[in-house]
Amino acid sequence: MEEVERLVKKYFEFVSEKKFMGLKCKSCGAYILPPKSICKKCGSKEFEWVEFSGKGSLHTFTVIHVAAKRFLNDAPFVVGVVQLEEGPRIMARIVGVDPNKPETIKTGMPLKVTFIESDEKVLLAFEPEK
Amino acid sequence: MKRKVAVIGVGLTKFGKHPKVSSRELFAEAAFKAIEDAGIDLKDIEEAFVGSFLPDVLEHQGHIAPLVIDYIGLTGIPATHTEGACASSGAAVRMGYISIASGLRDIVLVAGVEKMTDFPTSDVTEALALASDDLFEAAEGLTFPGVFALMAKAHMDKYGTTEEQMAAVAVKNHRNALFNPYAQFHKEITIETVLNSRVIAWPLKLFDCSPISDGAAVIILASEDVAKKYTDTPVWITASAQASDTIALCEREDLTTFKAARIAAEQAYKMAGVEPKDVDVAEVHDCFTIAEIIAYEDLGFCKKGEGGKLIEEGETEIGGRIPVNTSGGLKAKGHPVGATGVAQIVEVVHQLRGEAGKRQVDGAEIGLTHNVGGTGATVTVHILRR
Repeated sequence: MEEVERLVKKYFEFVSEKKFMGLKCKSCGAYILPPKSICKKCGSKEFEWVEFSGKGSLHTFTVIHVAAKRFLNDAPFVVGVVQLEEGPRIMARIVGVDPNKPETIKTGMPLKVTFIESDEKVLLAFEPEK
Repeated sequence: MKRKVAVIGVGLTKFGKHPKVSSRELFAEAAFKAIEDAGIDLKDIEEAFVGSFLPDVLEHQGHIAPLVIDYIGLTGIPATHTEGACASSGAAVRMGYISIASGLRDIVLVAGVEKMTDFPTSDVTEALALASDDLFEAAEGLTFPGVFALMAKAHMDKYGTTEEQMAAVAVKNHRNALFNPYAQFHKEITIETVLNSRVIAWPLKLFDCSPISDGAAVIILASEDVAKKYTDTPVWITASAQASDTIALCEREDLTTFKAARIAAEQAYKMAGVEPKDVDVAEVHDCFTIAEIIAYEDLGFCKKGEGGKLIEEGETEIGGRIPVNTSGGLKAKGHPVGATGVAQIVEVVHQLRGEAGKRQVDGAEIGLTHNVGGTGATVTVHILRR
């Protein structure tokens, strides 16, 4: 029996190896993140994994002061929606900024990918592009 | 042929803290009130739909629909649990509506119930975050208040909405709750109370957030012929709509609006044959203050981007152009998440029957409810008419 490639599982395997990978539709060329079983633009189910540039900008953000149990030790921390150069947006930790001075964090600021470790896992994060 | 559907009975528990009182007991209190209000016998109920979000996680109790109806002496009839995060019981109302409109049933019980206050805040925060995309968003540390904080920041950036305008929503809803005996809070607050409260998820502060609550709400729905046997004052459900969206926020094109709310509202207005300007009173999902401002825009009570101005100018106060959350809303009435959708219907029924006392909107004929699940991946909109 042919093995089905589990896209979500594969994505997080890449993250655990500190690689920022996403899907590219083989039919229309659209970049897709988070992974989906179908391209919402053209309906194709044929993809290839490509490494994303890791460059983007801050679309919106919040500073989490009251965290869920598993992240109590991290608070306060910044979580933001990152507009990626390839088109999709992704939710990520924003590091290298001061969570106690949200007025100094600017939407639109250029970011680059990095990875942090929390909750015994590697997490996707972005930091200001110097 | 679609049949007309009436609400013939309503019941609520007080919202707030009920230490050591379980879901089944909260449900029973509201259910017996609704059954008495409708004037039916227990044995007249043909089917039950029970909305609840977190009984399995918080109370360690699954299979809640047959469990709660058994506690009031009902077995044998079909009992189904609906779950759509904080729109769990909005979805139950729609199931009840469908079962009567389709001709399958004549009398249906619809409930919402949630037990939340016996558990530590960090456990509740973790549990509520289940309504986010766990792998891609909650796993990054995003909380439920965080979801709405991201949208608040986007709304502030795009439309210049201010923290003061958001605070004004909380002030209004606390004032309305003063006149609601079922509300969790009976305390007037000021803009400063909100602005000076501690930060939960910047820019949202404690008083921008609805509280953690226990409570239950129950309504009895009936077909037209049956309704007329039991009451001279039926309230008709003239529209029942529900829509969905991506759970993950990062996949949404516009973070200043809920697409599912706009789709459900458009369908509901069409189904009821009314326009936003015809609505006399509305209960909207103000789980966070920014959510009420976005609701004004999504429901067409004002233009996109002008929600902040609408609250600032007092248009949504009792006595204003479109009174919103006369009950005190989720913010001050309380938000036992799975009970909220049905509780909103209960408030609108009180308003349309002219039973709302000091919070009564004079001559209200058409009411609307707007129930948002989680990140807005499920939204229900109902329109009622006397």
